[in-house]
Amino acid sequence: MKIKNIIITFVSALAILFSTSVVSLAKVVGDKIILGSAISLTGKYSSNGVHTQNGYNMAVDRINSMGGVKVGGKTYKFEIIYYDDESNPKRAAQLAERLISQDGVEFMLGPYSSGLTKAIAPVTEKYGVPMVEANGASRSLFTKGYKYLFAVLAPANLYLDVAIRTAVELNGGKGVRIAQAFEQDAFSQDVRLGILDAAKETGSKIIIDDKLPKELNDMAATLAKVKATKPDVLVVSGHTKGALTAIRQIAEMKVDVPMLAMTHCDAAKLSKQHGANSQYALCASQWHKTLTYKDDFFTDGMTYDADFTKEFGYAPPYQAAESSAALLVFKDAFERAGSFDQKKVRDALAATNMQTFYGNIKFAEGGQNVDKPMVLFQVMCDDAGKCENKVVAPLKWASAELIHPIPKWSSR
Amino acid sequence: MVQATLDGVLLGILFALIAYGMALQWGVMNIINIAQGDLVILGGYIAYFMYLYGIHPAWGVIVSPIIMYFVGVIIYKLVINKVVDRDLFISILATFGISILFMQLMNFAFGADVVLANSGYGTTMLFDNSVTLPNSKIFSAFISIVFAIGLVIYMKKSKLGRAIRATAQNARAAKILGVDTEKVYAATFGINAALCGVAGALISITFTIHPYMGLPYTIRSFMIVIVAGLGNLPGVAMSGMGLGMFEEFADYILGTEFRIGSVFLLLVLILVYRRFKLSKKREYLK
Repeated sequence: MKIKNIIITFVSALAILFSTSVVSLAKVVGDKIILGSAISLTGKYSSNGVHTQNGYNMAVDRINSMGGVKVGGKTYKFEIIYYDDESNPKRAAQLAERLISQDGVEFMLGPYSSGLTKAIAPVTEKYGVPMVEANGASRSLFTKGYKYLFAVLAPANLYLDVAIRTAVELNGGKGVRIAQAFEQDAFSQDVRLGILDAAKETGSKIIIDDKLPKELNDMAATLAKVKATKPDVLVVSGHTKGALTAIRQIAEMKVDVPMLAMTHCDAAKLSKQHGANSQYALCASQWHKTLTYKDDFFTDGMTYDADFTKEFGYAPPYQAAESSAALLVFKDAFERAGSFDQKKVRDALAATNMQTFYGNIKFAEGGQNVDKPMVLFQVMCDDAGKCENKVVAPLKWASAELIHPIPKWSSR
Repeated sequence: MVQATLDGVLLGILFALIAYGMALQWGVMNIINIAQGDLVILGGYIAYFMYLYGIHPAWGVIVSPIIMYFVGVIIYKLVINKVVDRDLFISILATFGISILFMQLMNFAFGADVVLANSGYGTTMLFDNSVTLPNSKIFSAFISIVFAIGLVIYMKKSKLGRAIRATAQNARAAKILGVDTEKVYAATFGINAALCGVAGALISITFTIHPYMGLPYTIRSFMIVIVAGLGNLPGVAMSGMGLGMFEEFADYILGTEFRIGSVFLLLVLILVYRRFKLSKKREYLK
């Protein structure tokens, strides 16, 4: 008992000592610009969290090795302090607080997912810390009047908007009948709102509107309804598990639908897990390597894809690409601001108007990027069963023609 | 309608298998295992890894329970044997802890990606293609029934089965009569884990698995056991199928958002009804 007490006293003394003696790392130390980020390295978002971190790291290395950031005649290098938020919004908010008030970070990079970004944004806003984020697309992030939040990606409500408009166009401009199933989380519900808007504008009708539970792994009932009502378009958004479950059960239940549009096919590695069953699925994506945007650091999408694959051993999903783009935006803003004053950097960020390999970046009042449309790709397989994602919309970047309607299962 | 009924029945049989494991160890050891669902998911990962290494995942229904049996025995030796005689609350806390540990370990070991194993089984079409039954679901139901029947026979005929039943009835009396209850408990927990392993392998073939997907399976099996009562296998099977059908119909008629909610509503109704019946009985006794 005595020894236990001594240990407890000792540990608490150490804890108090450390908590009072943390040296405040200023935002710029010597020739380093220190950015902070809470990121999901464990927990349910850990795979996408790691993609985000790899994207950030790749850009930091690239920018540093190509001359760094030039501010006021001096050259600086980027460095990032990471903390693991365990995929937990509360933890993320605590860590943001810690990064800012204890570690003295004055510029932040976003976490992974809309939910976590929502948890962190009030903190960065409170301290007036500019945050460039690359993985929070929920529309509600951009309607709160945040002044220090900037997102390089297109907002969630635009994800599948293109799909509905394409379907209407192919239907001779007449409205279509839509069946939709969305998970009940901030992101998917925003995608849903986008569809509702598009349906209203095009005179389309929503005939099935299911909300999928978080623990979703069975969509048989929704698909039975789809079979019975025969809609023109089926839209599914439920992160990776939604995409995987939908493809598996559509194939098993032989559900024939002229167009199938979904999100997160990239992360779900649809064609790898499901092979030819995933053929013809339309997927919304923030980025695709074949897009022809260019910049000085990563050249273009194909080069980024090759470099990333070489460094990390897997092809970059769009989550990594957009994370890399966030660093390019920061560099550009620092150089234009010519200062590390948070207010000036914030104003420089707001005035961003640039092209990166990931796409054009220009922020609206709310902080969302309004200069980069979403792309739709379609899973296409050859006779040998090898599948590839090909961009089919918008037409400007299309590398293949959309196959519509999807052939019936009986003729596949 | 037919589609929803058949989907529900096939799903329910699978639930019943998981619930049977829970009923068994609840009855024998008086432990509510919150980690039940996580054992299921771990079983699923075993089948998934076999699939990754080119072995057909259906073999998982044999390999997974064997591995899971030992996992169950190890959990028993490390944790459960310390809480087995304590009150229910302690066991819930302990298994809740195991559940969290398993989730994090699985996430650490296998990653947070949603995965599935493709069985390559086709689809059976009925009534001119208007009703489709994935063969993987039929396979799952069939295997579940085989294991359930096998277990019932084992419990009736084998020495260990008799010892388990004796311990369930009266652990002290069984001990006095020479039953090594410690061994019986370990075996019971192992058998439960093995059943979870079978169910997990089947789930990886029919649905998807993910480190954090265990809890819904725990809740469903808990509910089935509550409805059917302990040690009542036909009851477990019936209430499993009933629950599966109820879920599918709630989903089909009310919409997917009411699926889980309606399951909980049903649970509340059943508990209220049971209480009502019990209070009547008590009045009569008075």
